[in-house]
This record gives sequence, C-alpha cells and structure tokens, in this order.
Amino acid sequence: MDMELEAYLRPPELPMVPYPAKAITLATGAQMVVRQVDREAVPVLLEAVKPTIQVSRDYYDIVGVRVYSELLGWYRYRVKDEFCLIGQIDGLLVGVVNSRLYSPQLGISLHTLAIERGLRIGAHLFAAKMEHHIEYLKQEEVLITAESPIGFRRWMIEYNLEKREGQHELGGATPYALTRELYFQNKDRLVAGERPVPPELMEVAEREIIVASEDDILEKILGARRRVFQ
Amino acid sequence: MRPVIVSGVGMIPFERRDDDRLVDMLATAGIQAMDDAGLGERPVDAVYVGNMASGLFNHQVSVASALVDKLSLLPAAAERIENGPASGGSAIKNGFLAVASGYHDVVLVVGGEKMREVIGPRATDIVACMTHPEAEYIYGVTLPAMAGMFARLYMEKYGITRKHLAMVSIKNQENGLLNPYAHIHMKITMEGILTHPQAFINNPVVADPLHLYDCCPVSDGAAAVLLTSAEVAEELKKPGVRIAGVGQATDTHTLQERSDPTDLKAVTLASEKAFAMAGIQPKDIDVAELHDAFTILEIAESEHAGFFKKGEGAKAVESGATRIGGKLPVNPSGGLKARGHPVGATGVAQVVELTWQLRGEAGERQVKNAANGFSLNFGGFGNNVLAFVLRRDK
Repeated sequence: MDMELEAYLRPPELPMVPYPAKAITLATGAQMVVRQVDREAVPVLLEAVKPTIQVSRDYYDIVGVRVYSELLGWYRYRVKDEFCLIGQIDGLLVGVVNSRLYSPQLGISLHTLAIERGLRIGAHLFAAKMEHHIEYLKQEEVLITAESPIGFRRWMIEYNLEKREGQHELGGATPYALTRELYFQNKDRLVAGERPVPPELMEVAEREIIVASEDDILEKILGARRRVFQ
Repeated sequence: MRPVIVSGVGMIPFERRDDDRLVDMLATAGIQAMDDAGLGERPVDAVYVGNMASGLFNHQVSVASALVDKLSLLPAAAERIENGPASGGSAIKNGFLAVASGYHDVVLVVGGEKMREVIGPRATDIVACMTHPEAEYIYGVTLPAMAGMFARLYMEKYGITRKHLAMVSIKNQENGLLNPYAHIHMKITMEGILTHPQAFINNPVVADPLHLYDCCPVSDGAAAVLLTSAEVAEELKKPGVRIAGVGQATDTHTLQERSDPTDLKAVTLASEKAFAMAGIQPKDIDVAELHDAFTILEIAESEHAGFFKKGEGAKAVESGATRIGGKLPVNPSGGLKARGHPVGATGVAQVVELTWQLRGEAGERQVKNAANGFSLNFGGFGNNVLAFVLRRDK
C-alpha cells in the first residue's frame, strides 16, 4: 500500500473518549453486555450483518447493507470518526449500533441493527449510542433518521426528537435531533445499564464475539421459529 | 337440542404473517380442521367466519363468501360473524346452534384476523372502535386504557399487586414455550420485568398499572373447528369431544354505566349458563382457556367464572394452582398473552386448544387426564361474553 497516497484518502480523525461498558438485565433475566469495539472486530461483525441483507422485512435489507458498508468503510479507513457499540449475551452478538462524529459538537447517528428481537435490544443499544454521544463525547446534539417505521416510532416518538432543516447523510432523509436537553429529559425512562460490568461477564464478552449461524440470524429476525408439526 | 361434536380442529401458528392474505390464512386452518376430522368428500353445510374488522385491517369484507369459494365448498351457506374480540366465540355458538337444532349436520367454523397489516397504533385504534363512540372513543380511550383503569380498581379492591400480574405473564409465557402455535416464545423472569431496579425500561408502562408484559401482542392468525352431529361424528371416528355447554351474556356498552365496574356480570352470567347447560360445576373443570388480553383479566375472569372466590384469583396464581400440573391449569396454550390475540381467531383458538387437551393431543403442555374444559371469550370490555364447556366423550 502506498501510505503516502493512503494518507490523502483517509479522513482525519477526531479524538474520542472510550465508551465504558455496561450490563443491562433484560426481560428474560439475561444480562446483555454493551461495549465498544474497535476496528479489529469488524470482520466478525460483518459475518452477522451479512445475512440481514436478504431480509426485506422492516427494512433490514437497507439497514444491513448500509451497516455493512459503514463498518467496512470504518475498518478500511474510509469513514470519518465512526464508533461502534455491540450487545452480547453470554458472548453471543445480539445487536450492533454505529454512529459517527460530524464535528466535536455534532453527532450523526448511523444505524441500529438488532439481531435478537422482542427484548428491546435495539432500543437499549440505541439508548447506549445516545449516551455515548451526549454523556461521554459531550456532544451538543445528534442527528437521527430512520429507515423503518419501527425505528421511526422508537427514535422519533419515544425521544420527542426535534425536526431539523436539511438532509441526513443517510439518503437525504429528514433529520431529527436529540439535544442534550432532550436526552436528559428521557434518560431515566429509556437508558438502562449498570457499571462496572461484573468481571466474569466482561471476560466472557471480550473472550469472543460469537456470531449465530446464518439460519439462526434469519430466524431471529423473521420471527419464524422451528416448529415440529405432526 | 342434538349433541354437537367437535370432529376436527385446525390452526396456523399465530405470529406476524406478512406474506399471507387473510382468506388464505382462514382457508389453511379450515382445511386442517376438515382433514383432522377425516371429512373426505362429505359436504359441509355451512361456513361461519369469526372476524372482527377485516374491512378496517385488510380492506376486505364478505370474507365468508370468499372463503367458502376458496375452499370449494359451494354451495354451502356462508356468513361472517362479528362480535368484537368475541367474534370467534360467537361464530362457534352459531355453528353449535345450527347443528344442535338439526338444521345442519356439518358446519365449519373459522376464526381469523390479520392485524399486522397496519402499524401498532392503527391496530389499537381499530380495536378501540368497539367502544362507545360518544361516551368513550371520542375521549381517546383504547382497550389498554380501559384495562388499565379496570386493573387499578380491581387491584385496590382485592389487594392485587403488580407482582401477581407479572406471575400471570410469566406463567403464560412459559406455557407459550410449549406451544408451537404461540406467537411469543420467550421465557421472562420476575427480575427482568418487575424487580430489577431498571425493569421498568424493559417493561414500560402501557396504561398504568399495566405494563408491556401485561398486554397481549398484536397477532395474525386463524383457527378452525369442524362441528358435526353425533351421527356424522360416529362415521368420522375421531376422538369425541362435545360442546356440552354454551353461555352468552351482555353488559352495558360503556364501563361508566356499571354500578360496579369491577363486577364482570356478563362473565358470571355466561359462565353460569354454560355450566348449567353442561350440568357440571366450575370445580369439575380440568383445564381452562381464559381471555387474558391483559393479565388482570385472567385473574378477574377466573373469579367471575366461579373457579375462585372474589379476591382469591391472585392467590391461586401465587400458589401455582393455575399452572400446568396445578389444581386448575389456566391457559396452558399460553393464552392471549403468549399464543397471541388475532381478535377474530381467539375464541376459536381457545376451543381448538381445549379439544387438543381433551383428546390428549396437547404435547408438552398436556394437562393430565383432562375430561372437562372451559373457555371464555371476552368481547368489548366485558359487554358481550361467551363461555363454553367442552367434554371428552367416554
């Protein structure tokens, strides 16, 4: 690789403080570890994202293909100031969220991809992403949009987001903003998690990011369970 | 009246069924019921379809006419029967009367609804159309809101806590894990939905004091029963389950007109009628399917139907009496909470579950030696209720 040319192609990066991991007790009683991953985790994450590209339900295909490109772009230094948080239950990857910084003050929410459904995992991970933007990266606001009606209801309505002029970088859709004020108004209601993560939980999460099989991922997303009928 | 036998049952898994049309769902369940009965070439005299709101959910009406043609059952009589969330129960009652009276020998009753064609808030609004337009709906009331108000009153009156409601939810979701037809296949815990300091984020308020896990999901689904005369049933040679008792009663349209809104009079009256017709008592029931659209309803209905004294339904849940293996297993199917509640299908699905239970075909959720079953289909907010007693023939 010609590193001199590469230096021109890579976007400059802003410094980012790390996101402190947390554990969330889900409705099942299981504990989901939410933690930040670095670039080196991307190839494993892509294994989980790839199957979602073939699912049109709830716009998983569009979200999947975009997450795939965003993570790949980040991995190969073609996206500026991206960060990625994941959710794991006993090491198993159950969701991915990613975001980036437009400037030190302004964040751009990219995507929320829940692989396990029905446990508010997407909602918990989205909340964690907002927590990172506002509380740890100290940003003033985050621009958000949604591809799916579910996302729209989750993000726009649950957080009472403010509409903004212009276009979100995801396809030019109307951007909505989570301000610091809105975040703190909704935090107690929507942002869960306990810190520090118990060491044994953290150890399991960090040991390996386990990716379910393609069939299992599709089954989780589509809600089609294996059934035995006589 | 002639005896009426449930000669065949059929059901499709309740879930979100994006790729299916309502009439296809109804047809699949109907074919399963006819196949289950071994009906063969024998003609069906009539098809009754329990459906609440296909016109609003799916922009399609006259679904019974569409179904009878789809199933190539022409020239059988066909009607759609609408009675809110008790549409399925009403369809069965009408099928029962048709056979019991001697007017028909073979009646196919199918209940179904495809609710996920619209987004959740729209589905909630469509269901709310059953409330009084001027006295209730205009003020924005929804069924969860009504259930919330009812729950608050009932909990205060009888000392029921949110923990009791959570116990119902946990029990029914555990039962749902054993039911391959159930919409929700997820084991939940008391910690995850109630006792953990942040459980309220997993289990947010829907209509105080009811939270997310106190409410049934919005589902698509269909279920069917083939009702026949005893003579036809004998030829079909299926294990005999008869409809031994049918009861129906109504109450005021608006909740506010009831002298005691916690008194579900129509549940009591419908149940009493069904038991009287069957010639048995609540204590003789081995398994019950109650209409737990909201967890509080399972407790309240179990009392009003006569299984427990007023104020003791929650204690029964607490003691484990309503679990599979308990004194009176309630909702072994998972109930509306876990099996799901495609409104028009529910009353039929309850009878399908009881039939499986009484035949000994309920698999992992089988209630041992079940001989008498009871189902309750709760229409409106308790203003139009149907109750059935099913009995295994010796």
